Amino acid sequence: MARGDLIAPIAVSDTGDIQALVTAGFGSLTAACFLMLRVAEATAAKAWLAGVQVATVADLGKDKPPLTQVVQVALTSDGLAALGLDPAIIAQFAPEFVRGLARDASRSRRLGDVGDSAPAHWHWGSGDRTPHLAVLLYASDAGALTALEAATEAGLGGGFSIVTRLHTANFAGREPFGFMDGISQPSLDWQGRHQPGSDHYANTIAAGEVLIGYPNEYGRIADRPLLPGEHTLPAAIDDPGWGDLGRNGSYLVHRELAQDVRGFWRWVGREAPDAALPLAEAMVGRRIDGQPLAGLATHAIAGEPRPDSNGFTYDADRDGMICPHGGHIRRSNPRNGDFPVPPRNIFERAADILGLRGKPEADAIASARFHRLLRRGREYGQWLDREAALDQDAPDPQSGINFLCLGASIGRQFEFVQGAWCESAKFGGGSGESDPLLGSRAPFPDEQATDGFTRGCPAGRRLRHDGVPRFVTVKGGAYFLLPGVKALRFIAS
Amino acid sequence: MTPQDFFQVMAPLPPGGHAGIDALLAEMCWPGQPGRAHPANPLIPFGDFPNLHFARLLVIDDPTLADRAGTGLPTAEPAYLALLGSCDGTADAMLAALAEGAAPGLRALFRQCGLAPDADVFTWLRAHAVRPATGYVNWVGRTVAQVREEALLHRLLVAAVPAASGKADCVAARAAIIAAVKVHAPTLTPEAPTPMGWLHKNRESFWLPLLAFIVALVLVVPRLWLPLLIGLALFAYVLRRRERADPVIAPQTSAAEIARRSAYEDHDVTNAFSAIGSLKPGRFRLWLTIAVLWGVNWTTRHIFTKGRLARVGTIHFARWVLIDDNRRLFFASDYDGPLETYMDDFINKVSFGLNAVFSNGIGWPRTDWLVLGGARDEQVFKRFLRYHQCITQVHYKAYPGLTTYDLARNARLRQGYQARSMTEVEARTWLAAI
Ligand code: HEM
Repeated sequence: MARGDLIAPIAVSDTGDIQALVTAGFGSLTAACFLMLRVAEATAAKAWLAGVQVATVADLGKDKPPLTQVVQVALTSDGLAALGLDPAIIAQFAPEFVRGLARDASRSRRLGDVGDSAPAHWHWGSGDRTPHLAVLLYASDAGALTALEAATEAGLGGGFSIVTRLHTANFAGREPFGFMDGISQPSLDWQGRHQPGSDHYANTIAAGEVLIGYPNEYGRIADRPLLPGEHTLPAAIDDPGWGDLGRNGSYLVHRELAQDVRGFWRWVGREAPDAALPLAEAMVGRRIDGQPLAGLATHAIAGEPRPDSNGFTYDADRDGMICPHGGHIRRSNPRNGDFPVPPRNIFERAADILGLRGKPEADAIASARFHRLLRRGREYGQWLDREAALDQDAPDPQSGINFLCLGASIGRQFEFVQGAWCESAKFGGGSGESDPLLGSRAPFPDEQATDGFTRGCPAGRRLRHDGVPRFVTVKGGAYFLLPGVKALRFIAS
Repeated sequence: MTPQDFFQVMAPLPPGGHAGIDALLAEMCWPGQPGRAHPANPLIPFGDFPNLHFARLLVIDDPTLADRAGTGLPTAEPAYLALLGSCDGTADAMLAALAEGAAPGLRALFRQCGLAPDADVFTWLRAHAVRPATGYVNWVGRTVAQVREEALLHRLLVAAVPAASGKADCVAARAAIIAAVKVHAPTLTPEAPTPMGWLHKNRESFWLPLLAFIVALVLVVPRLWLPLLIGLALFAYVLRRRERADPVIAPQTSAAEIARRSAYEDHDVTNAFSAIGSLKPGRFRLWLTIAVLWGVNWTTRHIFTKGRLARVGTIHFARWVLIDDNRRLFFASDYDGPLETYMDDFINKVSFGLNAVFSNGIGWPRTDWLVLGGARDEQVFKRFLRYHQCITQVHYKAYPGLTTYDLARNARLRQGYQARSMTEVEARTWLAAI
């Protein structure tokens, strides 16, 4: 095997080198806090990194005692530089990671980080408030978390300064608007059994879609820094003489998203006085209790642990009469296979490939498998019930999501989903609408509106809502690398 | 039906002649939106030309010439200032209109390339014009005027939607909306007659190759099957040998440089892609390129004329142009969405087509049997693309904010608006499209 060859799926064996966040959201550890740090003094910082104990996938086995607390460590490219890693090595990571989330206006424009969400207004993540390091702390309850936080901060020595501490809240699986969250996740092919590519949407994706250094859905290993003869690092799968600084790591996207809970429920209440909940559910694309919208879950899909809540595609709802095309979950995962309609034989397949079958507009979105996100977010702020949110005197619950997601390609995964699907007014061949939850609503281009939302209604007609307000504002964020343990120690050395 | 055409003027820049040009080109754009042409910019007021769909200006300065080292090809080629675009009617007519309506600006732009103050602008432009080997038009016959009229109709239809409230069925709803729009009497110019010359040529270019093919199949193959088979085997042998040996050259463009280029992107829903590269040395690759480009051109002329190029529906216009005595291939397209989605389509939907053309270029990711592999090597392909990309310094689009899907939908709406009657189901689809 040589670099650049097609690589067959292989089992992921070195679980002791992979930070546990890749397989777990630590749901039973209901208290969490994220420390955003900057390197104050590199030697001390490295000493801390060399010794920090991070939980790994190996700690999570069925035969292992349940974890009572977890520490995970991630670094930005600025952080790698501050720790003295050779710039020529850093440059071999993905360009999006190298530049970071907030440095380029063009990136902010694509992601919808404009207006109130522009990095200039963030309380962390841009300029000299760009973190070098994120330390993610999880514990079983608030008391334990406070203790873990205190111990961790005390242990930092003089190595770091704290940019911010992001505290989280536990709303029992619901996000601040009140919807069940964290239901749909891709499952990773840890055993190396999955052959990439399929006509039908499947939930299992190649390990290399999340883990750097493994073959992805293209059967390739994405670019990452390779160091000749560096034996303290895991060997590159496609070139064992080289140490792979990326292997067993993953890119971690973190965005602090403030949600206007009062604004959300008040707007849907005004817009659909008799049926506010159905409107809100159409905007999300799921029922508030997490169940698929009625009529969607007609057949199961492969690799689904909870077949009833996630076993569906939109094949039975091509015209978006049940789940609107623009609904949040349909935008962020359109659940389609590689062809608009799975070909039944080789002739149909050939015709499909040549674009001679079906209609162009039916093929605007394809191959969802290249754009999956492994979400690991946590809520923050106060809980505000949706009925209470309608009350004129309801306090602002100051709530939102610390949106975290993992992937081996920031450009093809997070940025694609956020920019080309959620924020885009032209998603799937449509027009004038952005994600009903996430959209920045900034007119684009020039004065053209992006604040519409269309859904089906019983008579078979469509209902269009205009002037949907902005409900989510970005308050901070960064692109991190969640390195493998050996890579972490190498960076610390 | 009015057919579309491609114009392209390329004039060599004197060594070091860049700097002044870059500043001039920047002035043609919206402030704060590098690369997005102002339709009323003083140099070429693109908005004044009613037949102009897209246009762009850029300096083509090939960053990849060093890859020719050791191939026997010259390692120096001129840098060009290029003005190109897509229009209704013929390229010549468009150039004439530009020469007429923007002479001072064109003189200022091309002065350094030798456009003398007393020279006739049109003659000079024509003398520097090149024709694409292959051109693609998203929807053959859709004119700028039609796009604009139909976009206006769409806006009127949207505004008229409230008129349909309370109507029992879709047929009645449609009637109410149409009645409300009729008040504004939107202009919907009927299709112009197709130029006879174009029609003849189009028919000929469709039938002649087919006839030749059939004749060959019937007459030549039965007699000369052995030499043909040997020829094919020889071709396969040479192709495979070269595919294995040809070097892949796709260095990573630095993150900072990618960021610099991104600043020119995503100011409209449509972006411009321009790229240049060298053909691999030797007649084998040259003839293969010419043959493949000819084949692609046949399909874009006769098959992919209504909304998509193979599976890709987001390209408005695209062209492949052989330049410098066929040593280099220039590619330009106007596509909807961010570059990442465009590359996604390239890799997932039409890698075979890209491979067939571009694997004849130096450095392309390794192919198998001409069409397999290649662009499917995601990371190498993306690096290659960025490596060969030229920044499109000025990009003009006649209908900002509209995608190919918008244009197709608006055309459908117009048909439905003008249709005498509709069934309930048809009316529902039509209403949904509004
Ligand atoms: C405050 C902001 C957000 C809220 C309130 C929100 C809410 C939700 C909810 C309620 C679900 C359905 C539950 C589930 O399927 O797990 C969901 C799913 C999802 N969200 Fe979000 N989300 C937010 C931000 C984002 C962002 C920024 C992204 C990525 C760009 C994203 C990507 C996804 C994806 C990929 C799914 C799963 C879709 C599927 O596979 O069916 N979300 N979100």
